[in-house]
Amino acid sequence: MNKEIGNVHGALKGLESGMTLMLGGFGLCGIPENSINEIVKLGVTNLTCISNNAGVDNFGLGLLLQNRQIKKMVSSYVGENDEFERQMLSGELEVDLIPQGSLAERCRAGGAGIPAFFTPAGYGTEVAEGKEVRDFNGKPHILESALHADFAIVKAWKGDTEGNLVYKATARNFNPMMAMAGKITIAEVEELVPAGKLDPNEIHTPGIFVQRIFQGEKFEKRIEQRTTRSK
Amino acid sequence: MALDKTGIAQRIAQELRDGWYVNLGIGIPTLVANYIPQGIEVEFQSENGVLGMGPFPFEGEEDADLINAGKQTITTMKGASFFDSATSFAMIRGQHVQLTVLGAMEVSENGDIANWKIPGKMVKGMGGAMDLVASADNIIVAMMHSNRAGASKLLKSCSLPLTGVACVKKVVTELAVLEIKDGAFHLIERAPGVSVEEIQSKTEGNLVVNGTIPEMSL
Repeated sequence: MNKEIGNVHGALKGLESGMTLMLGGFGLCGIPENSINEIVKLGVTNLTCISNNAGVDNFGLGLLLQNRQIKKMVSSYVGENDEFERQMLSGELEVDLIPQGSLAERCRAGGAGIPAFFTPAGYGTEVAEGKEVRDFNGKPHILESALHADFAIVKAWKGDTEGNLVYKATARNFNPMMAMAGKITIAEVEELVPAGKLDPNEIHTPGIFVQRIFQGEKFEKRIEQRTTRSK
Repeated sequence: MALDKTGIAQRIAQELRDGWYVNLGIGIPTLVANYIPQGIEVEFQSENGVLGMGPFPFEGEEDADLINAGKQTITTMKGASFFDSATSFAMIRGQHVQLTVLGAMEVSENGDIANWKIPGKMVKGMGGAMDLVASADNIIVAMMHSNRAGASKLLKSCSLPLTGVACVKKVVTELAVLEIKDGAFHLIERAPGVSVEEIQSKTEGNLVVNGTIPEMSL
């Protein structure tokens, strides 16, 4: 089944104000930067964005925050973004902070047809407030529910026209689980190849989870913390 | 003399054992990787999705697609692997990682830890810390004994929102190594030249001192 869409504009067709989006990436690594730039242009507002981080002030999801397009963020860590912290502390932005492993598993559960699961993470903390607690093997666990999205937008290294995806290094992060959990999943890839060109043994995300795929026009791939050693 | 951050990392590195998979948090814990004792093999996991993390890359060889959980550019060792975040936390929750080292703003005498939020002032989020402390068997906190205002960070009970409950096993500060058990900090070692009295005066929580306390050997 050919999932190829010519460009980012076509890929995001139907994305409207008020929707819930999942956006892959960890920090600025493996984020769908072409799609984010296009959402800025679309000017849609009141978005709920599920993403591990919120970008930095002038890149990634930080662009949507500066543009006041996000109503609510669902994340695990937002320490890199001053505007985020400002909007959150002033109450302009709704924020749901979730332990990283629970966030990953809640996305996975959403795509895997598991409505909820018990995890020890967050027991005895603010995260557990209002959630069912149950003991397993003498240890308390809290009930966490699955997450879903109107659009899941992921970024991969390579993809084929069937929607099969291969990620590179740690740019994989949240992308595979989010790809599973979107009503419509959009994959932006660095290199789009015809079906048959990718080795089926090496596919990370099978094409069944992807509805639309396009090759991104330009990838800046900004580095957040450039750390090196001398030769 | 009190240790510097490097000294804290060096002392924690002595806790590493051959064959362990280890998760190092951001800050001082990251430095532990520089002091692996001779003759043992450990592998570092970073929760964004890499096992077999290596040192920082040489200048000019940075790869935007290859970072650690602190968003720093890294390299990989021979035999490394990459995986998604759900698999990464399956390793952590499933207790396949033998040791977690992380920083903290406060630790209490029963092993509670707070390190993710100061209400009204600072909210960075918990990242993977809550999953790590809720599941790991062996948790060592690396931190300074007092905060910037001079107040003790080793408390009777934490004043900040918790990250995890009764989970910290050991704390290494610039002054001391302390084990947490039976609702108290047990003084195990002193930093070279630091007196028990100084440690006592800077520890708000219940401190147990049994017999003569040896100095750390670094």
